[in-house]
Amino acid sequence: MLTQLFFGYCALMIIMSGILAISLRNPVHCVLMVLVMFLHMAGLYLTLNAEFLAAVQIIVYAGAVLVLYLFVLFLVSLRDEIRLNPFVGNVWIGRGIAIGLALALITVLPSFIPGERGDWPLAAVREVTHTKAMGLELYTTYLLAFEIAGLILLVAVIGGLVLARREQGQPPDHEGDEVVPPAHRQLDNNEEVRR
Amino acid sequence: MTVLTMLLHIVVLVVVVLLHVAYATYFERKIIGRMQVRMGPMRVGWHGLLQPIADGVKSFFKEDIIPERADQTLFRIAPVICLVAMMSSLAVLPFAEGWVLADIDIGLLFIFGMSALAAYGVVLAGWSSNSKYSFFGGMRSMAQVISYEIAMGLSLVGVMLMAGSLNLSEIVRAQGDSLFGMYLLPQCVGFFVFFIAMLAETNRVPFDLPEAETELVSGYSTEYSGMRYAMFFMAEYIGMLMMASIGTICFLGGWHGPFAVPFFPPFWFVLKVYLFMFAFIWIRATLPRYRYDQLMGLGWKLLIPLALANIVVTAGVKALIG
Repeated sequence: MLTQLFFGYCALMIIMSGILAISLRNPVHCVLMVLVMFLHMAGLYLTLNAEFLAAVQIIVYAGAVLVLYLFVLFLVSLRDEIRLNPFVGNVWIGRGIAIGLALALITVLPSFIPGERGDWPLAAVREVTHTKAMGLELYTTYLLAFEIAGLILLVAVIGGLVLARREQGQPPDHEGDEVVPPAHRQLDNNEEVRR
Repeated sequence: MTVLTMLLHIVVLVVVVLLHVAYATYFERKIIGRMQVRMGPMRVGWHGLLQPIADGVKSFFKEDIIPERADQTLFRIAPVICLVAMMSSLAVLPFAEGWVLADIDIGLLFIFGMSALAAYGVVLAGWSSNSKYSFFGGMRSMAQVISYEIAMGLSLVGVMLMAGSLNLSEIVRAQGDSLFGMYLLPQCVGFFVFFIAMLAETNRVPFDLPEAETELVSGYSTEYSGMRYAMFFMAEYIGMLMMASIGTICFLGGWHGPFAVPFFPPFWFVLKVYLFMFAFIWIRATLPRYRYDQLMGLGWKLLIPLALANIVVTAGVKALIG
């Protein structure tokens, strides 16, 4: 009962903060709404007994990725808002399309089939703790996928380094990398954090 | 455990920690005073013992000034975010065998998560104040915390590997109660990285760039006054206590000591925490501030590679022996 209440609260907050994140005017407030959303997503993971995932969600997404978004916002420092002409002329046509999409999604809902039962029922996960269970699976069954993800991130790190170097004009020879602008250095940090 | 006893435990913990925070400031002023051949606070009470109480009362009754052009809501909640994040991580600290509010399996990760959230308070304070000094303070703090959080996380992976758990009580138990069981010796590289990252995470000297008073007035807290300023102050000191506790738990064997103290099991824990606190203050009285690029260079080029090498070596040794 308490779990269901908690789930309802988290789901509601995720939807609310998601809507606010795209509708608020101030970009910093939008980022903060995304932060609220991430916290509640971590809450959802907790209801699923996936505590490691919840902690990583907070540490990586809230603690690193979003902070970098904030960094970019601060450095860009948009004083005035960019206004674009709407894609669809009439507001009501847009709303109609949105409602149509929502209805289409709701009609598809009944065909949703829960996945098969895995090798890790709740009791087994509780016994060895979620962290261990996830580590075991990640480094045995899904090792290849894990390594590929690592490789992709490595490419991104190297790409960030290359981009940061090119800004300087000539290759650095003596103490050159001290001059890398902080913005680019942060980009590298981002990739490192995600690994 | 019923809800009522749980609440009682929380209240006791918060009161005790706040008292410790108050007297940590006294401790700091006295020690720095002695190190600079002064007396430190002497006027309020015997040898200034009531000084923290007087400070608390004063900041409580000060006017709460909010700049007109500030982002009102964020300006108001920024110190609260900081304090709440720091205080909630207190819940997972084991002070002695069984003396822990929430004995969760991911204790160490929870603490990392909460310290990441506390950084938001600082950043938002800097941004919402609408003042360039605050803004610079916030930016610096953000970059510093992100960089050093990686080093700190990686430095503790060695401990996690050796203990085979993320639960803080388990980590203490895994070290046993002998002197040689402590992870200080086998994880000395990890401890070195942890210690430096700990100073940077808590924005203490020599890494106090976010509030460098010679350049930034008071950094992110420039525009704050009264109780909100005091909240930042409390958050900073709780952060110090937190980091000292993690150091104690992960490297110095937590509550274990040469002999068990009757009636007060956390005796050794508190003693070790205050050892760390003294080191914090000692360093503050001794070292000059780092330059920003030096800080970044140290973090990225020395501490992170060292911590990574430590992980590889620890994992290799564990795979060979265990």
